[in-house]
Amino acid sequence: MTETSDVIRLSIPAKPEFVGIARLACSGAASRMGYSFDAVEDIKVAVSEACTNAVSHGYKQNGIGQIQVIMECGKEALTLTVLHNGESFDASEALQKLRPIDPSADLDDVNEGGLGLFLINALMDQVTISTECGVAVRMVKYVTRDGVERIANKVSTTE
Amino acid sequence: MNISIEREAKGEKLYLVAVEGEIDVFTAPELKKGLLPLTEVEDGELILDLNETKYMDSTALGVIVAALKSAVKHNCRFSVIGMTPRIKRLFEITGLMDLLTRAQISGGSAND
Repeated sequence: MTETSDVIRLSIPAKPEFVGIARLACSGAASRMGYSFDAVEDIKVAVSEACTNAVSHGYKQNGIGQIQVIMECGKEALTLTVLHNGESFDASEALQKLRPIDPSADLDDVNEGGLGLFLINALMDQVTISTECGVAVRMVKYVTRDGVERIANKVSTTE
Repeated sequence: MNISIEREAKGEKLYLVAVEGEIDVFTAPELKKGLLPLTEVEDGELILDLNETKYMDSTALGVIVAALKSAVKHNCRFSVIGMTPRIKRLFEITGLMDLLTRAQISGGSAND
């Protein structure tokens, strides 16, 4: 991104009751940028999933630690970064396992969790996870104009 | 950002649970606590009404998967009604819609 973005930074305690605050803040930023109702809802789910993972896995629900949420409001896109210094994980392994529920699978084998990252990936246009120090999940949602989804961008972009 | 869970006995073994508000990592445990015992009614029926549910994410989907598993185990019929287009989309993306449909077609039998 060549143009500078307006940046909003939020720091929330790594506790379940504060995930809604991050969701509300991102919803506000996205609404202000003019995203459609559906896109705002996508953004709300994505940021909640990233924060939920931080609370549940990063800090193992011990409630100690902070989660940083950075909202970069650019002309072309809203970029959300959720980061924490808690426990990390093997991102490439997790990304390989991303899949929806297999309805033909035995019900006992259907996992109750594990859909968070899958949803982030499905709802946002670009997702980058770095696990060098803690976890940073960077999620980009492009501004769509005239209701035209910029699918081409999602497919062709390499960083 | 709270939920209110209303439980109504529609019959001897038929329960309707209506959820108002937002289901996320904070409120999902409350839903699980309210829902799971009702799935353990042998040969019962449980209907989850999401008409007034304003938001949900994977934590809610996890509770619904857990409820479905438990219902099937106890031969209890479990269904979800009143999905907004938004929530329906989450069910479809994740494959939960197909899973629910399949469980209903098989009549909640544990031996399908």
